[in-house]
Amino acid sequence: MRDVAVVAFAQSHHVRREQARNEVEMVMPVLHEVKASLGIDQSQIDFTCSGSTDYLAGSAFSFVMTLDGVGAAPPVSESHVEMDGAWALYEAWVKIQTGAADTALVYAYGKSSPGTLRDVLSRQLDPYYVAPLWPDSVGLAALQARACIDAGVTTVEEMAAIAARSRRAAADNRFAQLQGSDDPAVLLKEPEIAAPLRRHDCPPVTDGAAAIVLAAGDRARELTASPAWIRGIDHRIEAHSLGVRDLASSPSTALAAARAGVADGPVDVAEIHAPFTHQEVLVRQALGLGDGVSVNPSGGPLAANPMIAAGLIRIGEAAGCVARGDAERAVAHATSGPCLQQNLVCVLEGGQQ
Amino acid sequence: MGKERVAVVGIGQTHHQATRGDVSIAGLVREAAVEALDDAGMTWADIDAVVIGKAPDFFEGVMMPELYLADALGAVGKPMLRVHTAGSVGGSTALVAASLVQAGIHRRILTVAFEKQSESEAMWALTLPIPFSPPLVAGAGGYFAPHIRAYMRRSGAPEHIGVLVALKDRQNALKNPKAHLHEEGITFESVNDSMMLWDPLRYSETCPSSDGACAMVLTDEAGGDAATDPAWMLGGAMRSEPTMAPGRDPVNPRGGRDCAADVYAQAGITDPRRDIDVAEVYVPFSWYEPMWLENLGFAEEGKGWTLVEDGATRMDGDIPWNPSGGVLSSNPIGASGMIRFAEAALQVRGRAGEHQIDGARVALGHAYGGGSQFFAMWAVGADKPAS
Repeated sequence: MRDVAVVAFAQSHHVRREQARNEVEMVMPVLHEVKASLGIDQSQIDFTCSGSTDYLAGSAFSFVMTLDGVGAAPPVSESHVEMDGAWALYEAWVKIQTGAADTALVYAYGKSSPGTLRDVLSRQLDPYYVAPLWPDSVGLAALQARACIDAGVTTVEEMAAIAARSRRAAADNRFAQLQGSDDPAVLLKEPEIAAPLRRHDCPPVTDGAAAIVLAAGDRARELTASPAWIRGIDHRIEAHSLGVRDLASSPSTALAAARAGVADGPVDVAEIHAPFTHQEVLVRQALGLGDGVSVNPSGGPLAANPMIAAGLIRIGEAAGCVARGDAERAVAHATSGPCLQQNLVCVLEGGQQ
Repeated sequence: MGKERVAVVGIGQTHHQATRGDVSIAGLVREAAVEALDDAGMTWADIDAVVIGKAPDFFEGVMMPELYLADALGAVGKPMLRVHTAGSVGGSTALVAASLVQAGIHRRILTVAFEKQSESEAMWALTLPIPFSPPLVAGAGGYFAPHIRAYMRRSGAPEHIGVLVALKDRQNALKNPKAHLHEEGITFESVNDSMMLWDPLRYSETCPSSDGACAMVLTDEAGGDAATDPAWMLGGAMRSEPTMAPGRDPVNPRGGRDCAADVYAQAGITDPRRDIDVAEVYVPFSWYEPMWLENLGFAEEGKGWTLVEDGATRMDGDIPWNPSGGVLSSNPIGASGMIRFAEAALQVRGRAGEHQIDGARVALGHAYGGGSQFFAMWAVGADKPAS
């Protein structure tokens, strides 16, 4: 395997509603910033890969227009996944591993505000037996939270503590949408919105974008003094039907973590893409993280959850911790699908390898 | 560093039809995937990862349908990637799958592409409402017709060239049992007399709207060595450019030329018309055959139509294009690019049945999408490449 590092990361200021900017206008400043931070332009990018979904944009081929933000003239070697940007990063990492590229630009964006996100996400479900019932994403997460509580995996008190810790941590993140929190005891006095979930257990609905530049070996060292090396990356999917899954565990995360080598060394920081509070407990367990690990110092998806970009942002934030020296070794996690159906795990390290 | 070699050892396709009302979306993709696994002599358990592609999710009304298809495609517990690069997606999906082998990450990949267009109305799905812009076009044909007019004006091509392409591809489809359209008794006159849809494109010069899927099993060099009749990947590339940019030529786009040049360099192809034995090229509207003949370097600029008129691209010509019947005879959009890639592989494996080109050793598979701005191509050969 070639040594590949995250050498730059940029993201938008995440907001509930990007009213004045369309997707291209939301993405373009982030793309310009991530390249400018390295002093490079598109001609020095060997491969470009993005993640987006037409169901948020409400338009077929929506990624075609955001390509205008890249500056693809002259033509570029480029691909796109209808998935979270973390998987676009995986595709780019693979491309670099083939030797066909030394640098890659990865970006992702999600503008959820034009629709009702929890209903839009119900269109991801089995179209014959489940989607016609319109079970929404918050309702399904609530079923999972109930399963977790019943199985003794977590408690509403722990969930409230996760919400408070995340949004307080976000006070130091100028890109976050929600910053600060009441005490857990106060949060627990709020009514349930989909039992056992309260409002604080749910992520905000967010419009936002993010971009990362990857580079291999010496090229990475040329571009930055502090590359965050990808030591392992893997992703796995579970069955779709909720009825055949144990919702109180995340076996695909555990499998991806084993393949990515999470347990091969101590973990200082974990950026976990758990949109709902109980899911952080599930992912933490599946990753095998001890109590000493700093989880979501950025605030995580409970502080800003731009669909399709939020997983990529976890990798960017974890890489940032490594680059700044806040962590020697960090783990990033991304998820997709109802109730953590699909999961990606990435291990990042500093040092001069 | 050297890439791991990639071999195609299994290929499957559905019987493409206007409406496959007999199967669900999962049933459709499984039909192709099971055939590919059987061809490869493998079972689901032999597969390391699944790479799936399709065009817009609105075509079936399912958001990110790979989540729902994870069970049907045996992907549970495995990595699953979903590619979407517009009309080129079937080709791009195969290339992403190949890259997993080239990188040495996995040894056996199942790659699948599909579209079940009967679930929606593709023509209107392809009529993109652009905010603040007047609705000027209806369907993809409305978008491409002016580009075709520009080609005719530039090249001086006579009006009947499009009819010749449509006639050839639909006649070829009669030899392909998987093709959607089987128009027995089709003639030059019947194509020429069909309704004008988007001048200069007639109804019979336009691709159908199909339900269909295509699947391939890709392996590393050891897997190819163990197979009886593998197709070896000789080169592959993708290129993208903006829909609109100053100086961009949508008639002969640079992205297509650059992509072909990249593939040819990897495959050691210096003269495509001489070095390639057969090509499966994405021709959804008849006139794209002469246009892509030029874009892909099979003919000089302005001369592509003369190859059509001389019959060079017929099955008995010196450079057959689309012996399968092509996109003009079957168009499950998201799968159409992978069908081109798979048909190219079938030819060099000598497994194309009645539409086999005798002695095919090197074949090109090609796909394009968007406003002639996304390109994916591969070259495959009967012989294992030196590097």
